[in-house]
Formats: sequence, C-alpha cells, structure tokens
Amino acid sequence: MTFKTLLTTTAFAALMSSPVLAQQISIKAGVLNDRSGLYADLSGEGSVIAAKMAVEDFKAAEKGIKVEIVSADHQNKPDVGSTIARTWYDQDGVDLILDVPTSSVALAVSQITKDKNKVHINSGAAASDLTGKACTPNTIHWTYDTYALAQGTGGAMVKAGGDSWYFLTADYAFGHALERDASAVVVKNGGKVLGAVRTPFPGTDFSSFLLQAQASKAKVIGLANAGGDTINSIKQAGEFGIVAGGQKLAGLLVFITDVHALGLQTAQGLVLTESFYWDSNDGTRAFSERFAKANGGKKPSMVQAGVYSGMLHYLKAVEAAKSKDSATVVAKMKELPTDDPLFGKGTVRADGRKMHDVYLFEVKKPSESKAPWDYYKQIAVLPAEQAFRPLSESECPLVKK
Amino acid sequence: MANVASTDAPAAGLAVIEIDHGTARLHRMIFIGIAIALAVAPFIAYPVFVMKVLCFALFALAFNLLLGYGGLLSFGHAAYFGMASYVSAYTAKNWGLTPELAILLGTCVAALLGALFGALAIRRQGIYFAMITLALAQMVFFFSLQTPRFTGGEDGIQAVPRGKLFGLINLADDRTLYWVVAIIFMAGLLAIYRIIHSPFGQVCKAIRDNEPRAISLGYRANQYKLTVFVLSATLAGLAGATKAIVFQLASLTDVYWSMSGEVVLMTLVGGLGTVFGPIVGALVIVSMQNYLASLGAWVTVVQGVIFVICVLLFREGIVGVIAKWIKKPL
Amino acid sequence: MFELLGIPPQALFGQVLLGLINGSFYAILSLGLAVIFGLLNIINFAHGAQYMMGAFVAWMCLNYFGINYWAALLLAPLIVGVFGVIIERVLIARLANLDHLYGLLLTFGLALIIQGLFRNQYGSSGLPYQIPPQLTGGQNLGFMFLPNYRAWVIAASLVVCLATWFLIEKTRLGAYLRAATENPTLTQAFGINVPLLVTLTYGFGVALAAFAGVLAAPIYSVNPNMGADLIIVVFAVVVIGGMGSILGAIITGFGLGLIEGLTKVFYPEAAATVIFIIMVLVLLVKPAGLFGRTT
Repeated sequence: MTFKTLLTTTAFAALMSSPVLAQQISIKAGVLNDRSGLYADLSGEGSVIAAKMAVEDFKAAEKGIKVEIVSADHQNKPDVGSTIARTWYDQDGVDLILDVPTSSVALAVSQITKDKNKVHINSGAAASDLTGKACTPNTIHWTYDTYALAQGTGGAMVKAGGDSWYFLTADYAFGHALERDASAVVVKNGGKVLGAVRTPFPGTDFSSFLLQAQASKAKVIGLANAGGDTINSIKQAGEFGIVAGGQKLAGLLVFITDVHALGLQTAQGLVLTESFYWDSNDGTRAFSERFAKANGGKKPSMVQAGVYSGMLHYLKAVEAAKSKDSATVVAKMKELPTDDPLFGKGTVRADGRKMHDVYLFEVKKPSESKAPWDYYKQIAVLPAEQAFRPLSESECPLVKK
Repeated sequence: MANVASTDAPAAGLAVIEIDHGTARLHRMIFIGIAIALAVAPFIAYPVFVMKVLCFALFALAFNLLLGYGGLLSFGHAAYFGMASYVSAYTAKNWGLTPELAILLGTCVAALLGALFGALAIRRQGIYFAMITLALAQMVFFFSLQTPRFTGGEDGIQAVPRGKLFGLINLADDRTLYWVVAIIFMAGLLAIYRIIHSPFGQVCKAIRDNEPRAISLGYRANQYKLTVFVLSATLAGLAGATKAIVFQLASLTDVYWSMSGEVVLMTLVGGLGTVFGPIVGALVIVSMQNYLASLGAWVTVVQGVIFVICVLLFREGIVGVIAKWIKKPL
Repeated sequence: MFELLGIPPQALFGQVLLGLINGSFYAILSLGLAVIFGLLNIINFAHGAQYMMGAFVAWMCLNYFGINYWAALLLAPLIVGVFGVIIERVLIARLANLDHLYGLLLTFGLALIIQGLFRNQYGSSGLPYQIPPQLTGGQNLGFMFLPNYRAWVIAASLVVCLATWFLIEKTRLGAYLRAATENPTLTQAFGINVPLLVTLTYGFGVALAAFAGVLAAPIYSVNPNMGADLIIVVFAVVVIGGMGSILGAIITGFGLGLIEGLTKVFYPEAAATVIFIIMVLVLLVKPAGLFGRTT
C-alpha cells in the first residue's frame, strides 16, 4: 500500500523445514521515526535495521511467528505522525509501532495506540510523561526519558564537584521540562542553580547567552536543549573558550550521533547521559559490529539499540502468550523479565517504564580516541531504581498505590 | 460585502463579464458532480484521508480567492489556518465547546487576525506584500511556540475531543464526521463561488488587473483589498478549525511557513484564478504527500520540482489547461 | 561605574559587539537580495539555500579535496555564483516578461529542491567544520573574550559590504548597472548587453550569499536547514530597510543585528520576534521602509 514494505523474513522457506505449528501468528510492526530530519541519524533507517536484526536473532520464523516490518517518516510533526499511525492501524493491519522519537509525536501516537488498542514500544522520545500522567496500558517506554537524563547528568555532576549551575534553556516546553527536572536534581544533591537564560528556539547563535553563562561563574553550564541547538551551543562554547576557562558543559540530551557530528575536537569534555554505548562490553560490541555493517559503518545509537531490545522482548512475549492480542502481550511483557546483550537484565514496570541502568559518560579528547566512534569514557553507573522516577512519585493512573 | 460595491460605485461602471448560460450550466453540472463524488468518496477511500483533502482544498480555495481574484500573493496564510486550528482545538478541549461552536470561534479569530494583518500588509504591493505576510506569519509561529499554555508548544494540542454536534450527534465515528466536513466544504465552496461572481468579486478582479484604473473609476481599492483579504483569512480559518477537529490535533506545523508554501503550491498546480482548480491541486498534493511519505526528504524535492515546472511551463495549472481546451472559464 | 537596567556596561559592550557580528550576516544577505532585486525585480527566495550551499561547498572542499578555509572563501562563492548564473540563464530568464511574483515562486521551488537534495545526501544533524588554525583563540578585551574568528567575520563582512557599495555606486560597471535598473530598454539601446548584466548580477548576489555561508560554516553547524529560517528574518530586514539603496541594506542589517543582540540581554524570550515587531512598527510609520523609495 502506501508505505515502503520491507519483507524481512523468508517465512515460507522456514515454515517448510520447521515442524508444523498449531498456529501461525503473523505480526506487522511499523517503525515510525524521523527519516529525513534532525533525528534521522539517531533513529531513521538504523532503527529499521535494528528491528530486523531482532527478528533474525529471535529466529521468529522457526518459532511460527511471521514478522513483516514497515517504516515511515513522521518528519517530527505530530500531525504527520498521527495520520500515519491511524492509517497503519485502521488500514494496513499494523500491530505495533516502534521507535517514534520526538516527544510531541510520541504522545500523539501513544494516544492513538490506546484508542485503537494496539501496542507502542517507544525508544526515541524523551518525554517522561509517556509513563507519567500520559501513560496508557498500551505503551511501553524503552530506552530513556527526561527524568533519567536529569538524574544522570544533574546528580552525577554535582557529586563530582560541579555544584553551581547555569542553564541555557531552549524556550519551549521540552527545554523547560529538562531545566525543571535537572534543577530539582541539582538542588536535591546539594548544588545550587545560579540562573538560567531562555534561548529562542530554534536558534543558531548562542554566543550572547554563552557570554551570560560565562559571566555567572557557574561551574557547570547545563544545556537544556536538543538537536541543532545543542550542537550549535557546544560549538560556540568551544569558540568562546568556555571549557578551556574551566567551566564544564553538561548536555542534558546528547546522542552519540551528535558527538559524531560535532567531532571530538569540539565536543571533548562534554558530560552526558545515555543508557547504551556500543563499546561497553563484548555483547554490545558484537551487536554493534553487525549493525554497523548493515548501516554504512555507523554504530548504533541508544535509540536504535532500544528498538532492537524492545522488538525482541515483544516477540518473546508473543511466543509465551501464543497470541498477539494487545492486552495479553503487554501483560506478558510486563510479567517476563527482559534480557538481551544490549541492556542486560531488566524489567518492564506496571506504568510501562522499561528499567535498566543508565550511564554517565564524558566525551574523550581527540588524543584518547583510538578508533572511529571511540568517543566516550564511562564516569558513573546509575542503577535503574535511581535513574528512573520511582513508582511512589508516579502520576500514572495505572499504578496502584 | 456586496453592498460595499453597490454604494461605492455601480458595478456596471466596469466591463463586468457576465457568465453566459452555457458556462453557468457547466458550473452547475460540476457542482452536482462534486456533490456526487463527496457522497461516494467515504465508501471508496479511507474517510480520514478524504477529510484531509477536503480541509486542504478549502484552505487552497480560500487562498486562491485572495491570489487568483484579488491578485495578492500572501506567503503567510498558515497564520490564519493555524491560529484557527489552535483556537478551535483549545476551546473544544478546555472549554468543552461543541464542535460547531469551536469551529465558529476559530474562524472568527482567523477573521480578526486577517483584518489586523491585512491592514498592515496592504500598505505595500507585490513582492513586498508577500514578504510582509510571510514575516507576520512567522511572528505568529513564534508566538505559538512560546505560549505553551495556550498552544501546547511543540506538542501541540493533542487528544482534542470530536464531541457531539449541537450536543446531539456523536462525531467519534469517522463516517459521521465525514458528512459534517463534506457539508462545511460544500458551504465554503459555494460561498467562494458566490463571492467571485458577485459585483464585489468583479471589482476585485478589476483592481487585480489594473489598480490605478479601478481607483480612477471611484473604487476604494484598499477597502476592497482588505475585504477580500479578510474573507480569505476567514475561510482559511474555517479550514484550519475543521482540520483540528478531524485530526484531534492542532500543532506548530499548521502555523509554520512551509504550510503557507504548500497552499501556494496546491493553488498553482490546480490552476490559479480558476474556481475549481484549488480542489484538484489539494487532491494532487495531499495524495502525493501520502503516497511518497516513505521517501522522506525526497518529498520536499518533488514538491520543489513541481513548483519549478508549474512556474515555467504550466502556469495555468491542471484546471486552467482544461478550461483552455473547452474554452470556458472553470 | 553605572549600571544599565542591572547589566554592567562591560557585559553590554560585549553584547553590542556580538549583535554587530550577527548583523554582518544580515547585512551581506540583505545586500545580496537588494542587488538582485534592483536589477531583476525578483525576490530571491533561494537566497537562504544558496547561503547554505556556500557553507557546504566549503565543507566539501576541505573534506573531499583538502582545500583549506582561505581558498574556500574565494572558491565557494565562485562555484555557487556560477551555479547561480546557470540557474538564471536556464530558468529565471524565462520569466523576464511575467509578473515578478512568478520569480518568487520559482526561487521558492528551487530552495525546496536544493534543501531537499542536501538533506538526502548529508542528513540534518549538521557537519563539523573547524575554525581555521590562524583564527583560533581570542583576545581578552577586558569587557569580554572576543574570539578571533568573530573579529574576522565582522571585518570581512564590512570590507565586502563596502566594496560592493563602491563597485555599484562609484565604478563604470556600477553605473551601467544602475542605468539598467532605471531603464533597461534605453540602456540596451546604448549598446550595453543588459541580459548579460542581469545574469552576472544574479551570479554576484548569489556569490554574496555563498560568501556569508562560508563565513558562517565554522561557527554555526553546516546544516541543510541553516538558511531556511534565516532567510525569513532577512526578508523582514529587507522590508524594514526598503529596497532603495545599497547602503540602506548594509546599515539596516548591522542595525537590526545590534537591536537583536540587545534584546537577547534584556528580554531573551523576544529575541526571535523583535525584528518582526520592528517591521510592523516601520510599516505603520514608513510603509516604504527606512531607506525605500516610494513608488
């Protein structure tokens, strides 16, 4: 039909060889993300590759599960995203939607998924509302959220001595939320916030704001922004000698693809939080090598890793439930522990939050980097319980207190 | 509006070309054809898609009223479309207004905004006019971005209830909603048709073709221009407000300048200054976006290529070319 | 020392300087638009895309051919200028006798194509481009740390703007140009090749945009969308200044950069809108713009 269809499994051949199963389950998964815009590098086609790898690794065909994967570009626009989600669910028989970066689109897709009673496993979006007040029984939020980012970057920086902060906040809801969450963490850990400046969004020139941040004499400049804004502010901070002057930059939402775009020369010394890094252990390295081969040499971002992990767990739940009924599968996903080489062992909580450890990284100096994509050194590990919002503080109606 | 024309100067003072009988009959047949197409469309195609086409077609019709018949190229029509969509989404969701009231309110706000911007923009002509409308619309975009309490910022206003029409008819079902949208669209189309063929519309065309002459004949050109601008903004608002109810969403996309560009493209493809052209244009462009969605950035490229081709080789647009063939205005 | 609205004067000087640096981009871009508009009577909507191309050509020069920043500063405007000449010959020239609005629509379409193609090829995350080694570091001016590169931007753009002004107002070529702007038919009758002049003018305006792009590459990320939003601000600058004079475009560009810079200090939330608000005010008082001719 409308969207490029990617047949991933040669289910028929596999069926011939495998023992006849009582029931063949066929699943259609839609990878909905940014394929052309700002987040195309961190999600995009890479997420489709990751989903396909999950299907391969699960050996779905041998287990009597036929999986077809479709993909589309939501262009980071909630209206485009919700139109596609509606069409997929209503017309194309899609059972679950994966990825969906950009919080605004994710919230829209989550709502539609609930209305149509399907499944949404989100990997790309940051909004902690997805498992907070906007939580639904049909949505699982996999990789990270703003709460975890603030806990990681904010908390760990204060513990490492960066106890006075100044925020550069992109002047829109997402920037405000990041600033609010991070400020709370900074204060809670005994640091203080000296001030914040609201930068027009989207912006290109941050020099004026950086100068204000510099004048504040704060030890840490927190970048409560995303995408192009983050890249430009880091770039210009380097130019104005801010890091050289002894102040630290803390990116509240920075992906490895951003670091790649900046280059180590500019990004060195930046502190950031991610829940996955390709070079963490043998499991992640093996996966990333296979992934890179399929993705033009680019290593996976945590979002793409999350798509793999989420798809894998969904398939496990389908196998265990012997059904693709949304309520049954989600219940199974929350019941079964998660385990994969990328995120290790974990669980899916009642509110739909996937629990795993989160890491604080510092970007290496160019001299420390030995190979392409050798970008991070690990500073701290945050156990899942500390990284994600505890259920006791949850605003999610699904959580029984 | 029509009495503006009659009090100002007699319409007969200009060489008003009355449409002849054959053309009138043809137009009546086209209207019946559209009505039939609207009646069967939801049974053939996906109703949400058809509603989208209708909303954009109405938007393009409104834009064409201004450009095709007023000769004013606005590059900021997203402002009225988007603002109306915000207002109707906000009032339906937060004030609990019934959909028809929400749409009405959205449309009124668009009219007010149109009056304000129109009064500013018509002080300059031609390219300046286009740049001013664009800049004003961009201001609306920044306003929307920075007032999340009203617009929901980059999340937009989501999960807008479709509600019950007049408090009675539940619109949650796509088909039921479809009939409402179809009626709004038909009403908009008929209104535009009336405006174009009224004495007021004729004077607008006269001003478009030769402003100094129209002024010398005693017409207050600026009043006419402002009126047609407000009418166009109002109808664009009607389209935007309806779209918010259909998609249960009002977002920044609706006020961004690329939306203004898209409506120009639709009108251009369909046929500038033809009554029915924008409908065809909207159908073509919306379908194209739909079917090419997986191509990502290539959609932008394809749109750009269509723009260039239309401007260079195909300035009459699809309906314009057909009108030339059959030698009747469409 | 005194304080102004709680901002120490040192910080204010710094911000004024930064505002001027931003203003230099507005100045070069609105200058290019003004030059093109003067002779071709079209608003070049592709100006933002051509600015972006300048930055990308500089990036390609460095990454594919190892050509450094300084050479790219000459080469990129030349390459993009030639591209502009081709565009003018093949496409825009066909619209010479039509309503000027078609020129706007055509260049809008071109902008979409160019941006779309670059997005497909290079993604939207942006590409790194380092500041040339000769200009890294900065000077401590006492009231601020001024990166050398920013100082260079402001100097380079002032020189280019003034040189353009000189070229158009004081040289023989400029005289032909102004004559062709006033009355193309008569100028042609004097044996001057007006179509050639038109083509070269478009190429020159485009080259100016590309030059601004190369200047911007090391400080802003090299990104397919870098020109798309900028161009609308520049449109507002042009409306404010009016299309009357070359000097007007330059002064308005720098002046508005300055005002925007100050807004960032006193009321950062309004920094994105301040230029549009000024535009509305100017339209109310002087519809033709500050330096515009009333026609």
